[in-house]
Amino acid sequence: MNMQFRSGAQQDNATAIKTAIADCDIHPARATASELHPFLAKRWHEHLATYGKHAYQGMMEGPPYPKAQPNASRRDAYPPEGGPQGSSLSFMQKQLLDPHNVALGVLNPLGTGQGIRNHDLSAALATAINDWQIEKWTSKDSRLKGSIVVENEDGPTAAAEIRKRAGDPNFVQVLLLSRNVEPLGQRRYWPIYEAAQEAGLPVGVHAFGFGGNPITASGWPSYYIEEMVGHSQCQQTALASIVLEGVFERFPKLKMVMIEAGFGWAPSLAWRLDKVWQKLRSEVPHVKRPPSEYIKDHIWWTTQPMEDPERREHLFQTIEWIGWDKLLFATDYPHWDFDEPSRVLPVGVSDANREAFYLGNAKKLYGIA
Amino acid sequence: MTAPIAGGVDCDLHPAVPHLTSLLPYMNDYWRDQVTTRGMTDLLSQSYPTNSPITGRADWRPAKGKPGESVDDLLKHALAPFQTAFGILNPLYGVQLVFSEDMADAFCRALNDWLVKEWLDKDARLRGSIVIPAQSIEKAVAEIERCATDKRFVQVLMLVAGDMPLGKRHYWPIYATCERLGLPIGIHAGSNYHNAPTSVGWGSYHIEDYVAQAQAFQTQMTSLIVEGVFAKYPNLKMVMLESGFTWLPSYLWRLHKFWRGVRMETPWVDRPPIEIVRSNIRFSLQPVDAPPEPETLNRLFDHMQSDELLLFSTDYPHWQFDGDSALPEGLSPDLVRRIMIDNPHATYARLKDSVAKETTP
Repeated sequence: MNMQFRSGAQQDNATAIKTAIADCDIHPARATASELHPFLAKRWHEHLATYGKHAYQGMMEGPPYPKAQPNASRRDAYPPEGGPQGSSLSFMQKQLLDPHNVALGVLNPLGTGQGIRNHDLSAALATAINDWQIEKWTSKDSRLKGSIVVENEDGPTAAAEIRKRAGDPNFVQVLLLSRNVEPLGQRRYWPIYEAAQEAGLPVGVHAFGFGGNPITASGWPSYYIEEMVGHSQCQQTALASIVLEGVFERFPKLKMVMIEAGFGWAPSLAWRLDKVWQKLRSEVPHVKRPPSEYIKDHIWWTTQPMEDPERREHLFQTIEWIGWDKLLFATDYPHWDFDEPSRVLPVGVSDANREAFYLGNAKKLYGIA
Repeated sequence: MTAPIAGGVDCDLHPAVPHLTSLLPYMNDYWRDQVTTRGMTDLLSQSYPTNSPITGRADWRPAKGKPGESVDDLLKHALAPFQTAFGILNPLYGVQLVFSEDMADAFCRALNDWLVKEWLDKDARLRGSIVIPAQSIEKAVAEIERCATDKRFVQVLMLVAGDMPLGKRHYWPIYATCERLGLPIGIHAGSNYHNAPTSVGWGSYHIEDYVAQAQAFQTQMTSLIVEGVFAKYPNLKMVMLESGFTWLPSYLWRLHKFWRGVRMETPWVDRPPIEIVRSNIRFSLQPVDAPPEPETLNRLFDHMQSDELLLFSTDYPHWQFDGDSALPEGLSPDLVRRIMIDNPHATYARLKDSVAKETTP
């Protein structure tokens, strides 16, 4: 996140990172608005040009909270051939994959078919973005793996898209966002979890999205920083919903990844859930175990943006609760709050934990040999 | 358990209004008629269903009526066991839930007058919080000024989830008034349900609403800090009540990181957020959302890097602990003294005022 580190970091990457890493949160972009057209029926080209995406937020273009950088992305990440940051495979290879020795890069396309009020359009866009991931990225560089984007508000349609892609080695997870029409434990989303479990694919829940609800329990805040910090609160509430609705009782083999919402809050949320559950469990008899146990068994966490307390032992104490086997390193490339792999982990980590953090956990979770 | 010391301040006690009709003597003719003619029922917020286990500890429940309804019970259950010197009463009656600002104003006035007559006048140890109709700034300020002449009111009370984030400039006249009058703002768990009770919509269960209070406190602290409330009102204190506090360290790590990254957006935030918290924001002790092992809790106190942040509370009659173990295991005697006596007195300046008044013939 610290922009001042960036130029220096560019030069010493090759020597700093000797071993391969997994980057579990890469955001591929379209070079032009029409780049999806080959994957979309013609009626949607005209529809999009006429009516736009008709999202669960008011802006036709751009986010309601303006980002800190154009496209929320690094100013040094514009491809030389033009187009927005993250839209060129060759430049991504040159800037991210090669110098950082990325052996596995998980793509999480944003601004896609989710959070859209027209459900047919949402489904068409989700399918298109999945075909586009194969065509433009994963078929061209075997290090990259896609995430299955789904029409998030229509469970059966989403489940059909997951089943269509099941077994396709181009994809390693299903992608949802944290903010939807309802909290993510609600039954309308269960067909997604059922299909993901059946396909043996983890469900990644990336911070962001719009579902029509104010993004705090007290209405809409004023600033971009409030939205950014607030992703952790939305993610906590979404996870509480998933646990308290009994999703992991219903789908015991389901694995989920909390992406880009921090992990430092995990212990305190789990303690609160456990403490309240002890008193109110008669309301939720389907929650059979202390909530913290579901979280420990079923949840993985991407690291970016890493919490960085003043004293590193505080970070290690938090990670020890979560488990060194549950963290997945991520840069968030090409976004501005990129975590530099050579600098993100303080000194004092064992070789085994370091290897798990940077690569081993991701390969195991995503089934990459 | 850690032994309490005598002379402490319990900063979060909940006196229950038996029924809306209990407030009728404190309303004018118009509102008495409105309540009666329209057949209005009890103003119970679903943040605290009367029979929910968390709303009333089993051994604190009366044979009849709501937990927290009786002054004698409160004195016996909450003050006597801890030899408490002062108890601050935070009524959670659902007067903020109504949508009409006129009605909310009338009910808040009645509630505050009821608190004086039915509670503060009954025992010299009791202190009160002023409940305000926050959706009308003019009426809220007027009610604060009306009640503040009684020094037994030591704080203004707001809910953690209301119409707008609490840092919004809309609310600033309330903060200016409170800073001028030496009244901290107590922000208590609970929603007025004018928005969905969580940041991702309506969940299915009471337990979800309760868990989500902690996240609501987090977003409110972000709002208060980044909008610049404490830059504008540096002497204003805010107290997070029934908020939990074990989330505070990791929350501040994240806020600090983003503040460093995008502080250009809110340039008036000229100090790291943790410094603002240390100087202006406090937290009530209960609930302690942590495992019972003393080493975990002590590690958390180490993460908080301050012994001035916590204020003793039982959260009576809510069920947060059993027996007399309001203080978690493993606190040092010095920390107990700070939590029970020093920190509350440093926060609630009016406690000294009212002591001085009582000892002066």
